Amino acid sequence: MDALDLARWQFGITTIYHFLFVPLTIGLSVVVAALQTAWHRTGKTEYLRATRFFGKLFLINFAMGVVTGIVQEFQFGMNWSTYSTFVGDVFGAPLALEALLAFFLESTFIGLWIFGWDKLPKRVHLATIWAAAIGSNLSAYFILAANAWMRHPVGFEVNEATGRAQLTDIGAVLTNPQAWSTYTHVLGASFVVAGLFVVAVSAYRLWRHRDADHEMFRKALRAGLLTTVVAGIVVAASGDHQAKLMAQDEPMKLAAAEALWRTEAPTGFSLFAVGDVEGSRNVVNVQVPYVLSFLATGEFTGEVEGIVELQERFEAQFGPGDYVPNVPVLYWAFRLMMGLGGAAIGVGVLGLWITRRGRLPERGWTYGVAMLALPAALAANIAGWVLTEIGRQPWTVTGELLTAASVSPGVSLGEVAFSLTTFTLLYGALAVVEVRLLWRYVQAGPAHVTPTVEPGARVPAFTY
Amino acid sequence: MDLPTIWFLAIALLWTGYLVLEGFDFGVGMLLPSVGRDESGRRTMINAIGPVWDGNEVWLITAIGAMFAAFPAWYAATLSGFYVPVLLIVVALVFRGVAFEYRGKIDSAVWRRRWDAAIVGGSLVPAFGWGLVFANLLRGVEIGADGVVRSSLLDLLSPYALLGALATTALFVLHGALFLGLKTDGPVRHRARAAARRAALVAVPVVGGFLAWTAHDRGTGVPAAVAAVALLLTAVGCAAQRREGWAFAATAASIVAVSVMVFGGLYPALLPSLIDPAFGLTVANASSAPYTLGILSVVGAVFLPLVIGYQAWSYWVFRRRVHVDAA
Repeated sequence: MDALDLARWQFGITTIYHFLFVPLTIGLSVVVAALQTAWHRTGKTEYLRATRFFGKLFLINFAMGVVTGIVQEFQFGMNWSTYSTFVGDVFGAPLALEALLAFFLESTFIGLWIFGWDKLPKRVHLATIWAAAIGSNLSAYFILAANAWMRHPVGFEVNEATGRAQLTDIGAVLTNPQAWSTYTHVLGASFVVAGLFVVAVSAYRLWRHRDADHEMFRKALRAGLLTTVVAGIVVAASGDHQAKLMAQDEPMKLAAAEALWRTEAPTGFSLFAVGDVEGSRNVVNVQVPYVLSFLATGEFTGEVEGIVELQERFEAQFGPGDYVPNVPVLYWAFRLMMGLGGAAIGVGVLGLWITRRGRLPERGWTYGVAMLALPAALAANIAGWVLTEIGRQPWTVTGELLTAASVSPGVSLGEVAFSLTTFTLLYGALAVVEVRLLWRYVQAGPAHVTPTVEPGARVPAFTY
Repeated sequence: MDLPTIWFLAIALLWTGYLVLEGFDFGVGMLLPSVGRDESGRRTMINAIGPVWDGNEVWLITAIGAMFAAFPAWYAATLSGFYVPVLLIVVALVFRGVAFEYRGKIDSAVWRRRWDAAIVGGSLVPAFGWGLVFANLLRGVEIGADGVVRSSLLDLLSPYALLGALATTALFVLHGALFLGLKTDGPVRHRARAAARRAALVAVPVVGGFLAWTAHDRGTGVPAAVAAVALLLTAVGCAAQRREGWAFAATAASIVAVSVMVFGGLYPALLPSLIDPAFGLTVANASSAPYTLGILSVVGAVFLPLVIGYQAWSYWVFRRRVHVDAA
C-alpha cells in the first residue's frame, strides 16, 4: 500500500457514496416540483400533503448530496495535486461554471423554498422549487462534461513550456459527444432511481398502512412506475449510444468490459465468462452471436478490437506499460449495470400492468419486489460508475495523464490513511442516520394539512 | 490590468463574500450553547440563519472552484499543502450541513444535543481553520522548485498563524452576535448583546494584534489595518446605542478591510516560498491561459451580479426578526 493506492480507494469510496444521493436529488427535486405544481393547479389538499411528504424525504437526502459534494471539490486538490495542476485550465472551468451557474441557484432557492412557505406568494414559492430543481439538473451537466473530458479529452492542447493542458475551445468541451451522451444516460438513470424511490415508498405505505391515504399512494405508485419506464427507455437508448462512443473513444474499456481478448469480426455479446487474465483468454464464454458487433459498430459483422491487440497498439503509441484495466471487475460491473437496470425497467412495466384500472396486488411479495427495485437501481448506478472510472484506468485523462502520475507528491501515506479512515467512518455513520431518518418519515406518513380555505392561505414553513 | 490580476481580484471578492456571509453564520453556530440556552433559544438562532447559510456556503464552493480554474497550481498546492487543516475543515462542514437539516427531524433532547454539538464544532473548526490557512499563505510555506509544499503540520502552527486563526474566530463570533442582535427578538437578542460585548473584548485586541504583526512584517497595509480596527470599534459603539443594523454593517465592513489587507498583502504572490522567493507561486506564474480566464470573465461578469441579486432578494424575503415561542 502506498499513498497512491489509498488515494484511489478514497476517491472510489467518496465518489460512489456521493453518487448514492445525487440521482435521488436530481430526480426527486423535479418530482417534488411537479407535485407542488399539481397542488397549485388543482388546489387539492392531497397534492399539498404529497408535496410536503416527499419534500421532507427529499430534504433529508439533499443535505447528504450537498455535503458529500463539497468533499469531491476539495479532494482533487488534496490528493491529486499533479492532476489538478495539469488539467485545472480545462477541468476547472466547468467546475467553476457549475458553482456559479447552478449550485448558487440550487442552494439559495432551496433555502427560500424550505423557509418561504408562509412568506412568499404561492406562485413565487412554487417558482423557488423549480429554480432549485433546474439548478441541480444543470449542475449535473457541468460535472459530467468535466468527467467526459477525462475520458475523451477535446478542445485543448498541451503547452510544451508549462507541461499543462490548456483550453482552446470551451464549446468543444461543453458539447463533447461523450458529455451529452453521458448526461442523457445519467439523467435517465436518476429519474429511474427517483421513480423507484416513489414506488418503494408508496408500495410500503400501501402494504403496511392500507387504509390511510390509500388513494394518494396508489396514484403516487402509478406515477413512479410510469416515470421509471419512460426514464428507463431513455437510459437504454443512451446506453446503446454510449457503447458506440466507447468503441470509438475508449476501445480498451469496451474490450475489457466484454472480456474480448482478441480482435474479432463479427463478435458476440458475452453472457457469462470465466477468464484466465494471465493467459489473456476465457476458459468459458457463453455468447450471443453478432450482438457485440452491432452494439459497438451498428453493423452485425463489425470488427471490435481485442485487449491483446489494443495493448500492443498502446505500447507502440505511448511506450511500454500495462494499459489493461481490471478485466473481471469491468466485465461484471457491465453485466450488473445492464442486468439490474433492465430489471428495474421490468419492475416498472410489470407494475403498471398489475396496477391497471384501479387494481392493487394482494400478495405481499409483489410489494417486496417493488421495494427491492430501489436498491437494485442504486446498485446499477454504482456499477455504471465503476465501469466508467475503472474502465478509464490506467489513465486519469485518457492518453494524456496516467493515474500513477496524478497523485499529490507532497502528501504522505499517513495523511491519506488518516483522511481515508475519517471519511469511511464518517460516511458509514451518516448512512445509518440518513436511512434511519428516511425510514422514520416514511413510517410516519404524510402529515395532515388544514385544507386551504382561501387561495392565498399560508402554509407553515418546514423548520430545522 | 491583465486577466490574471482581474481573476486574483475576483477570487479575493469571492473569499470576501464568503467570510462576510458565512462569517456570521459560523458566529451564530459557535454561540449556540451560550446564547441559545434553551431549546426555543437555539431554535430561534438556527432559524435566523436557516434560510441563508446554504447559499452563503456556495461562496466558498465558488471561490475554490475559481481557484481551480484560474490558478490551478495555487489550488493544488494549497489544498495538498494544508492537508490536515483542510481535511478537518471539510469534515466540519459535512457535519454542520447535515446537522442543520437533521437536528429538528427527531423530537428528542439527546438527538438535538448531539447535532447541536456538530453545529458548534462545525462552525468553530472552519472559522479557526481558514484563519490558520490564510495566515500561512501570508507567511509563506516551504514550497520547492517543483511546486510541492513540504511544511509539516507543526510548521503550520506557528504563533503568527495561530494568532490569525484566533483573529478570524473572534471576529466571526462578534459578527454572529451582532447578526443575532439584528435578526432575533426576546431573550436571544438580550443574550446576543451581552455576548457581543464580551466578544469585542477579545476580537479588538486579537484582530488588531494580528493585523499589526502582518503590517509590521510586510511594511504595507497600515491603512487597511487601521480601518479594520476602527470599524470594529464602530460596531461596538453602534451596538451599545442599539443601532443593530449599523453595528452588523460595521463588522461586515471590518471583515472586508481584513480581507483587503490579506489579499493586498499577498499580491502579486499567491503562495510565497520560505525556501527561496523564486520558488513561490505568483499571479503571473500560476495562472491559467488567457483563453480560460477570458471565458470565466465573461460568465462571471454576467452571472455574479445575478447571483448577488437573488441572494440579496432572499435576505429581503427573510428580513423580519425571528421569534420562536417557548414550547
